Amino acid sequence: MDPEFFEAAAMPLFDQLYNFAHWLTGNRSDAEDLVQETYAKALKGFRSFQEGTNLRAWMYRILRNSFLTSRTGLGAHNVSPLDDEMDITALAAHSLTPEFLVLQQEGKQTVRDALACLPLNYREVILLCEIEEMQYKEIAEVLGVPIGTVMSRLARARKMLRELLTAKPTEKVSKWTVIKTPSH
Amino acid sequence: MDCDQNPVALGAYLDDELHASEAAALREHIGGCPKCATEIAELVRIKRGFRAVGPRFAPSPEFRRRVEQQISYPSRRFWRLQLIPAAVFAAAVLLVVIASALFLHRPNDFAEIADLHVNALASANPVDVVSTDRHTVKPWFQGRIPFSFNVPEFAGTEFTLLGGRVIYFHQRPGAQLIVAVRQHKISVLIFQAGPELDRSFAFPEGVGHHNTFSIDTWQSQGLRYFVIGDADPSAIGKLSTTFKAANP
Ligand SMILES: [Zn+2]
Repeated sequence: MDPEFFEAAAMPLFDQLYNFAHWLTGNRSDAEDLVQETYAKALKGFRSFQEGTNLRAWMYRILRNSFLTSRTGLGAHNVSPLDDEMDITALAAHSLTPEFLVLQQEGKQTVRDALACLPLNYREVILLCEIEEMQYKEIAEVLGVPIGTVMSRLARARKMLRELLTAKPTEKVSKWTVIKTPSH
Repeated sequence: MDCDQNPVALGAYLDDELHASEAAALREHIGGCPKCATEIAELVRIKRGFRAVGPRFAPSPEFRRRVEQQISYPSRRFWRLQLIPAAVFAAAVLLVVIASALFLHRPNDFAEIADLHVNALASANPVDVVSTDRHTVKPWFQGRIPFSFNVPEFAGTEFTLLGGRVIYFHQRPGAQLIVAVRQHKISVLIFQAGPELDRSFAFPEGVGHHNTFSIDTWQSQGLRYFVIGDADPSAIGKLSTTFKAANP
């Protein structure tokens, strides 16, 4: 599309993209850098954007790929192997962050805390679904994977969150009461 | 308790991603399967947890402006030349470097004049009053700045008046006119003269040429004029002459 229309088309997505960037990076300054980089890249590539396709998914994809290739993306968060057949216990044993294990022991965490512990490829899929409220089809576009993969990653992400939000898997029922619900 | 229900489908059911028929079938199954009922209850709790994560992160207005400025398309209204703000800023940086070398005594003042020009070109709304008619532009400034000046007649010349705006230099209001010559935009900046301005810009008469921008400056009738742009020095000089003639 003609770059002349970029500002009008892309600025309405600014708040959403920033929110997602802040969730991914965990702080304002990195989120701003990421959003700025996203807009610069999108403007540059806007001619190749196909009119009539999903601009939001296209922009999110640029943002997400920028995050993956940035130092923040690779340095601060381990990306667990993309093998969706991998066993969840093996995943927990090998790829989850130290924070995950600490949280597992502490056993009382908010969703926000728990999210920060997920490996990136599970964190991003659940953020897009629950925070950005995207449909599976759009998430698949952003991540560049089939819908089936979105579904299986979401299921695993939720399973991990469940474990994080529960002190001991054997005491699930009683522990649900300790989930904090911060006031708005 | 043996149930072969795919747990992935339970999540999709909650996310409202199943076809109506699948959803109905699953609803019925959950009603009769304690394992799936427990599973669904836990998934609902997770989903509910997301409602409680608090407000969304919001970008600051300053940051939004910064990005808007970065991506704004300057030719939208009347720039025939598609100036890319990044290139303009790069040029300004270069100019500052050059200006610093040439005018060591007050490099910042010179850079500020260049900034006023660059900012106008990079702005989404480069002028406050859009008019090619000097009879519209001159009265527009009355009451907005504490002095008046004459806008030359451009009809029949290579120059086209695009409009004007009020600018500030050292907290003093001044006038900025944007004039086009072929593919180039030139700023004419006018301020009340004062000892401070005179000291800052007491470099030799005539058009100086510094790679990207040419600049001419003079003082007349208590006003300090600057003509700056990336047009060739002869065009800058000609434009200066028309302003000097209109404001003897
Ligand atoms: Zn079942």
